Amino acid sequence: MSDLTQLTISQARAKLRAKEITATEITEAYLSAIERANPALNAYVAVTDDKARDMAKASDAKLTKGEGGSLEGIPLGIKDLFGTEGIHTQACSHVLDGFKPRYESTVTGNLWADGAVMLGKLNMDEFAMGSSNETSYYGPVVNPWRRSRLDTVVMPTTHQGDGGFVSAGGTRTARTLDNAQLVPGGSSGGSASAVSAFLCAGATATDTGGSIRQPAAFTGTVGIKPTYGRCSRWGIVAFASSLDQAGPIARDVRDAAILLRSMASVDPKDTTSVDRPVPDYEAAIGKPIKGMKVGIPKEYRIDGMPEEIETLWQKGIAWLRDAGAEIVDISLPHTKYALPAYYIVAPAEASSNLARYDGVRYGLRVPGKDIVDMYEKTRAAGFGREVKRRIMIGTYVLSAGYYDAYYLQAQKVRNLIKRDFENVFAAGVDVILTPATPSAAFGIADEDMAADPVKMYLNDIFTVTVNMAGLPGIAVPAGLDAKGLPLGLQLIGRPFDEETLFQTAHVIEQAAGSFQPEKWW
Amino acid sequence: MSVDVKTVKRVARLARIAVSEEDAERMTGELNAILGFVEQLNEVDVSGVEPMTSVTPMEMKKRQDVVTDGNKAADIVANAPATEENFFLVPKVVE
Repeated sequence: MSDLTQLTISQARAKLRAKEITATEITEAYLSAIERANPALNAYVAVTDDKARDMAKASDAKLTKGEGGSLEGIPLGIKDLFGTEGIHTQACSHVLDGFKPRYESTVTGNLWADGAVMLGKLNMDEFAMGSSNETSYYGPVVNPWRRSRLDTVVMPTTHQGDGGFVSAGGTRTARTLDNAQLVPGGSSGGSASAVSAFLCAGATATDTGGSIRQPAAFTGTVGIKPTYGRCSRWGIVAFASSLDQAGPIARDVRDAAILLRSMASVDPKDTTSVDRPVPDYEAAIGKPIKGMKVGIPKEYRIDGMPEEIETLWQKGIAWLRDAGAEIVDISLPHTKYALPAYYIVAPAEASSNLARYDGVRYGLRVPGKDIVDMYEKTRAAGFGREVKRRIMIGTYVLSAGYYDAYYLQAQKVRNLIKRDFENVFAAGVDVILTPATPSAAFGIADEDMAADPVKMYLNDIFTVTVNMAGLPGIAVPAGLDAKGLPLGLQLIGRPFDEETLFQTAHVIEQAAGSFQPEKWW
Repeated sequence: MSVDVKTVKRVARLARIAVSEEDAERMTGELNAILGFVEQLNEVDVSGVEPMTSVTPMEMKKRQDVVTDGNKAADIVANAPATEENFFLVPKVVE
């Protein structure tokens, strides 16, 4: 193997255990890949090279003795939202300038205990608020995928196409890459971009309304948001506490299963962490899905959805049917209300969680003439536009006189959304198949999105229902659109039935194949 | 429901975010776009529906009422912009 960064986690794990490669070698390979690519992609906001080398050395000492954990020597990227002891943790916000926590988040602690190596902290939308990774204080992340045009080229008979396909008639099709920079999705845009561009073997991410699954779909990677309560939220910067969940972004379904097993745990430090043993998710991969009941919700067929998304969905249905699953039409009648209800519940929780950034305990302080003036100036300078917008909405809907009309109404609708899913699962449906996003990746600084915040919010239309109901959801790459950009399908499962998601996603992955961006960076 | 510039300034004050006249005007438009979007929730019949309090039906976890850590004053103030002898420093609050 010439390039160690090309190995999946499961392949690297086998080679590390067989002593064919060392943790130091693979770590160095990633560090040099980051050094070369990061100026173009901006996926990392902090590279912890010294720490990575120390951790790799410690892993090598264990591996030499035939010891080590389930992720021994595997180099990972960590979203900037996770508290990492003594290391840059700023949720990509100006207000957290210089913050280095004196503690480690439970999720990252679990990964290090299993032997993983930290490469650095990954870019994200500020406080995880965004769907394009353009709200980061550190600037936008660039998607390693670019649009391309298919051209037919007449070939001299002796020449083999470089990357194209030689056809019987002496012509080939070649893709010409467009120069326009695209967003990787958000909020875990750095995680998705880094995994897709081979700048880490896998990454941690978080998902409040789609922040794992939408960027995974935009970059041809696999992302799973587990059931609420599966991964501890302790030590992760809070956005909307009743919706936030950590999960992995990985190159394939098996890698996502390996990472989630390590990240998930029962944690007494998080009162919403659920007391259930963590299963071996990898064991579910490869199990037949014959007889499984797959629900197709009619409400996910929305107006204005591109034809390509519908075609992709139909392909997914056909693959699962061919594998022996029973396809059933279902109805989730309150689907359309999930996004508006989310835009009350999430900002309300955020306005409360972000009250702690007051210029006193950590981060930025802008002096003022008195303490209130100091608070107001600090928060005005420290928060970006999108964060302020959400704090304002949250403050408004929780303010006297509006609480019942907005917040209570939204929490009632949230119960109806959850009930829709419960009814479907009670009727025997094992898993639900939907598109992951209503479109492929769009351009950085897209004018329509910038002009209308609601347009940007619509990116999460298929993913947000899952957070509102606390269910697990996985995005798995399923094809390319006409412009050569990846598109994903989403599977939604019963609470704590991540195993069925891995099992079914693997069937889609087997049928669809895997997708890599053409390297331009 | 929609908000005017005066309401936006009041909400900004509640949220402790300083806003200029220009900010307040821009935010008024943005907030009204979002409030217009969430308006559709009013058409949902929620009679007899309880507001959600916990997405996973579970009993609130309780821990033993014992000290689990402590003596971390230096850690707690380590990231503060201004401190003195393990106290946070703030502008004068009481005259």
